[in-house]
Amino acid sequence: MEPVIEVQGLTHVYIDAENTKVTALDNIDLQIMPGEFVAVIGANGSGKSTLARHLNALLLPSEGHVKIKGMDTMEEDNLWDIRQTVGMVFQNPDNQIVAAIVEEDVAFGPENIGVLPEEIRTRVDDALKAVDMTAYRTHAPHLLSGGQKQRIAIAGTLALGSECIVLDEPTAMLDPKGRKEILSTMLRLNKEKKITVVYITHFMVEAMLADRVVVMSEGKIRFQGTPREVFSRVEELERLGLEAPLAAKVAFELRKSGMKLPKEIITNEELAAAFG
Amino acid sequence: MSMKLEHVSYTYMPGTPYEKEALKDISLEIKKGEFVAVIGHTGSGKSTLVQNLNGLLHPTKGNASLDGVDLSGKSNEAKMARGRIGMVFQYPEHQLFAETVYEDIAFGPQNLGLNYEETDARVKDAMKFVGLDFETYAGRSPFSLSGGQMRRVAIAGVVAMNPDYLILDEPSAGLDPGSRDAVFAEVMELYKKRGTAIIMVTHSMEDAAQFAKRMLVVYDGRIIIDGKPGEVFLKEKEQLLKVGMDVPEVYKLADALRDKGLRLPKEITDAKTLLAEIKRRKGLR
Repeated sequence: MEPVIEVQGLTHVYIDAENTKVTALDNIDLQIMPGEFVAVIGANGSGKSTLARHLNALLLPSEGHVKIKGMDTMEEDNLWDIRQTVGMVFQNPDNQIVAAIVEEDVAFGPENIGVLPEEIRTRVDDALKAVDMTAYRTHAPHLLSGGQKQRIAIAGTLALGSECIVLDEPTAMLDPKGRKEILSTMLRLNKEKKITVVYITHFMVEAMLADRVVVMSEGKIRFQGTPREVFSRVEELERLGLEAPLAAKVAFELRKSGMKLPKEIITNEELAAAFG
Repeated sequence: MSMKLEHVSYTYMPGTPYEKEALKDISLEIKKGEFVAVIGHTGSGKSTLVQNLNGLLHPTKGNASLDGVDLSGKSNEAKMARGRIGMVFQYPEHQLFAETVYEDIAFGPQNLGLNYEETDARVKDAMKFVGLDFETYAGRSPFSLSGGQMRRVAIAGVVAMNPDYLILDEPSAGLDPGSRDAVFAEVMELYKKRGTAIIMVTHSMEDAAQFAKRMLVVYDGRIIIDGKPGEVFLKEKEQLLKVGMDVPEVYKLADALRDKGLRLPKEITDAKTLLAEIKRRKGLR
């Protein structure tokens, strides 16, 4: 199977306001296969958002290559196809809404790439259904909750035909209910529609539900693996300014005190089971 | 000393088809030296509430005051009162505007009418407070800094105004755990050493549980719960979930352990206590 996303030796260098050279990404290699749900975690300034912007050619490599279904982002002829394949959802829902009616907002993308009207109708209906927002299709987006606005943004990428959605801290500005809505929507789209998901977050409880967690620091991928593998490395995460989930931290401390516990505990239920 | 809302209602765009009553007859007193968390879902009215508290919005009905001074007044006294309430907005780093860190922080004190020496002292003090070295950063462009550093500059700009009351809107949104701890270390120092009252709007149950001494839950324009975070999270779990809120992870873990028969006391509000209790039950050191 061909990877959806293939990052090879990606380096991103820019000149900051003080005229110094900053290496935001340093020789990154990463492959993401169709249908994968990959969480990316890392401290502020670790390069997560820069990486995300390379995945649909909003940024271009200083060195190395980013290929989306084999299409190199450096070739301008590929840009339209790349951006239809990989959709982006950003942190602030208010910055992503362009229309005054929900369904018009979702239709904006397909209209722009010249999809026929009947086809747009189908795509918009399907997309709104997929994010469970059909009931709101004639509402004004600015009156919706943060979680609902983000789901509209997700529907917008689906209507464009995105096979892969990259979300850059999509829940950072949402209330607890909104956070749950977004996470469950993405898990469902991943499972039912086989959408490939790259999910950047500071919330470890969200990253725990991914297939794979990639840990970044100072523009490099430090380690990656299943949530179980990554989040049981409590001390390493802390050194990188990150935090393991509470259950993993408590298990780590209990083990230090001499309690025998299974090695890779990361959820509350797993820790509780060890006491059952 | 206290800030007070008396029967405050606030209506957006009254008399239009978009009329919306965002606050409904709220009465509230926050004393100097308190640390209050305000939680509620998007659109619950919590932002409207804090904007009425600091005089950015004036009540449609009722009265907002600071030490008896009506905040909606045009008098010098009212202006002074508003100046004692600092506000750090959501993503304050987006509001930096000056060419240097120094000028950005000096803007507030200068507007208060302080002279050069006083302003200079305030800037130095505020930078030290948020842990930004004066020599290194004062002359740099705020836009050349990292997100976490920019947020510190923004907080320094408010600290430099020496507020008695500080309102923070989502201070930890978008920050990694390390940066969040750094920001809260500063907030706690203001709270403890200067006795600044902190009013924090947050979507993070963890932040509310860890730092606040009092928690207000806003729903549909009203304050439906007002109590100590520890007690609210214990006793009002159902109600919190119903209004789109949650309980901190440590409460969930403690519940999961209790379900498996581990006997734990009721009052477990932080990870340290939880760990100590498990160890005690299991005879570990």
